[in-house]
Amino acid sequence: MKIAVASGKGGTGKTTLSCAMAFAAQEKVTLLDCDVEEPNSHFFIRPEIEHQEQVFRPVPAVDETKCTGCGECARVCQFNAIVTVNGKTLVFNELCHSCGACVRICPTGALHEVDQPIGQIETGRRDHVRFVSGRLDVGQAMSPPLIRRTLEQADAESLTIVDCPPGTSCPYVTAVKACDAALLVTEPTPFGLHDLKLAVETIRDLGVPFGVAVNRMTEEKNPIQAYCEAEGIPLLIQIPEDRRAAEAYSRGEPINTVMPELNERLAQIPEQLKAMI
Amino acid sequence: MKIAISTSGEDLSAPVDTRFGRAPRFLIYHMETGTFSLKENKQNLNAAQGAGIQSAACVCEEQVDAVITGNCGPKAFAVLDAAGIKVYTCGSTAISEAIDQLRQGQLHPADEANVEGHWV
Repeated sequence: MKIAVASGKGGTGKTTLSCAMAFAAQEKVTLLDCDVEEPNSHFFIRPEIEHQEQVFRPVPAVDETKCTGCGECARVCQFNAIVTVNGKTLVFNELCHSCGACVRICPTGALHEVDQPIGQIETGRRDHVRFVSGRLDVGQAMSPPLIRRTLEQADAESLTIVDCPPGTSCPYVTAVKACDAALLVTEPTPFGLHDLKLAVETIRDLGVPFGVAVNRMTEEKNPIQAYCEAEGIPLLIQIPEDRRAAEAYSRGEPINTVMPELNERLAQIPEQLKAMI
Repeated sequence: MKIAISTSGEDLSAPVDTRFGRAPRFLIYHMETGTFSLKENKQNLNAAQGAGIQSAACVCEEQVDAVITGNCGPKAFAVLDAAGIKVYTCGSTAISEAIDQLRQGQLHPADEANVEGHWV
């Protein structure tokens, strides 16, 4: 089973929760860091890296001797990545989504796909945790191809936890829709609620069952609980605001080491999500 | 000589729009006759990405020789350059004034984009 740990908002504790869940699991577990623009779960897992591979994506290249400048490729491109002016075809790779339509439609075979390096995937291990992390190269704008390749490393037999990218756009959708269930992490503030609503709207469209985790819970009244009750969303865990957690984070330690009382709760989350599928 | 000027207005008294890629329309001015026509650019105004590229393609269709705008990014500039179209940048003055400045040689063609792309 693949569980996405996602949130509409950055900085809510996706990585904290992903790593804590991985360490709390009583079985073999794979942790996929799909927050490829800024992967940071390795700080907490501290795995021994066993393997590293380069990831490429296809982008079109023009053979000027064959190009007639007919403009069919520019017409078919939904992403404004190709333009034909004065019989010349220009390709803007950074806008290309690698859909391949231009290559297929070209009547003279002037376009072909070339591999462009976009990032790396590292795999490693620590205790019962298998660790896989995607890292996008600096200057690359398209993360979904690398996220998809990282997701391919999921273990079909055992539990897989996916640390997702923040926000609710393409990277989030790419990671979440590949999972069986999701845990949406939020914080008990008006900002947290606002972005949680966006994440909920998106995930309902994707049809992925989900529950909510609240991080940095305080004694004060907060709007998350009322929202979840009104929407019928299960609130699966509430992690209290605790100085020990902040200190552990700054040392690069998972929160279970300083708050072992959370372990039982954390270990139950995959079971609870499984029951929702 | 034909010139495309980015603008949100509809005549020569309107100001030059400082945006090229997301300008609402282009005023196509004929230097020899002093007449002009309007070319709508609405389809690119709301493009998710690549507005500069498509706006450049849009003025290329009009077979213009030059563009007057406020700012031109690197991708739009690359397209205009490939099409052999000169890019003149000016402040947010009236279109008629910008054309006068061009006539008097006060505007100079840009060698490169004068602003960074929005997708770097």
